[in-house]
Amino acid sequence: MKISAMTAIAAVLFSVPGLVSADADDDQLVINGEIEMTTKTEPPAHLDGALPEIISGWHFRADETQALQMDDFDNSGMIFVDEGRAQWNEVAGSEGKSCASCHEDPSSMEGVRATYPKWDEDAGEVQTVAMQINDCRENNMGAEPYGYTSTEMANMEALIALQSRGMPVDVAIDGPVRETWEEGKEIYYTRFGQLELSCANCHEQNYGNRIRSDHLSQGQINGFPVYRMKNAKLNTVHARFKGCVRDTRAETFKPGSDEFVALELYVASRGNGLSVEGPSVRN
Amino acid sequence: MKLSTLTLAASLVGGAALAGPVAPTDVKFDDYGSVTQSLTGQPGDPENGAKVMKTKSLGNCISCHQVSALSDAPFHGEVGPILDGVADRWAEADLRGIVSNAKKTFPGTVMPAYYKTEGYIRPGKAFTGKAGEEPLDPLLSAQQIEDVVAFLMTLKEE
Repeated sequence: MKISAMTAIAAVLFSVPGLVSADADDDQLVINGEIEMTTKTEPPAHLDGALPEIISGWHFRADETQALQMDDFDNSGMIFVDEGRAQWNEVAGSEGKSCASCHEDPSSMEGVRATYPKWDEDAGEVQTVAMQINDCRENNMGAEPYGYTSTEMANMEALIALQSRGMPVDVAIDGPVRETWEEGKEIYYTRFGQLELSCANCHEQNYGNRIRSDHLSQGQINGFPVYRMKNAKLNTVHARFKGCVRDTRAETFKPGSDEFVALELYVASRGNGLSVEGPSVRN
Repeated sequence: MKLSTLTLAASLVGGAALAGPVAPTDVKFDDYGSVTQSLTGQPGDPENGAKVMKTKSLGNCISCHQVSALSDAPFHGEVGPILDGVADRWAEADLRGIVSNAKKTFPGTVMPAYYKTEGYIRPGKAFTGKAGEEPLDPLLSAQQIEDVVAFLMTLKEE
């Protein structure tokens, strides 16, 4: 499985994804030869039998793509982590502060990615990491917020996700978030658009199957932000949600909307127990 | 233009009482989801039906279904059943119903309805992500449906 980066890139360029074996593979994801990732595990109880096992999207990709996430020198997402680190240290806004002014090293963000979205008592709402970043920028730094799915936001999310890499996703679904979680679940099972497709139609009922040349995964979001070879950049969860809903020939929701925040909470909770992988690599 | 097409259609069937294609909202599904009456009164063209099934911007049927007779087009999907021999298993009226709106035959099926224009949740304007206004254009025209059905009727193994 372990192959050199050059071989991997060459293989990606020339391989044709045909009708090869469809199910999730049995490869093992170990990053940099030392971080052992949980990419398949028991489903959380709230799924109530909807999935026999929860599986990272990593297992649905070809070996050549998988290899790119196994070594940080091959993972193009790491370039954007470096950019995120520069942003972290950059003073911005009226208060003359950077992220580092209050939070010191990014390692102070350890564990954050694993538990978001989560309830914010002060705001009285469920907040995503992106909302929290912008909350800090606007209210603590006096800086302009990042665009919700902007490059800067994706960079910062990648830097923050990396601090939790290998930790199990552990999003709370009870207490004050329950109502939002239920809304997210409702959206997950609603058949939107002229193609009348729900998230579940593809990612619960048909994961492992091919739709045209694409291998359907469970749509887990533990690997976000994701470096996709398709567009050669980091992709945020809400940008991906938007693309999926658009592809059902529906009117999408906006990134950062209440609907997508609820959906993110629900989808994240379907991956409770998988390792945080961000920034992951997919095609 | 519209008028001349209708006139032509009418003259082709010898001036029978045919007033253009059956509208999507007027299709008569029986209790099993079958549609006996042709949507156009015109025979389907299996060759064009094959093209509709293979073309991404038209039916894109192979996105979900494997069809050996269409193996010249790449990347057949696995979401729906393999269609080889489908004419041995279904009658023409059944296939017309399934292609038009498969949910009448298989409630809850993943398959989209190809001849339906309203009753959607957050209908969009094609693949733009923007809001669309019902009635939408159906995914396929009445004649394209007939062409697909004609092609499917050629898929016999027995």
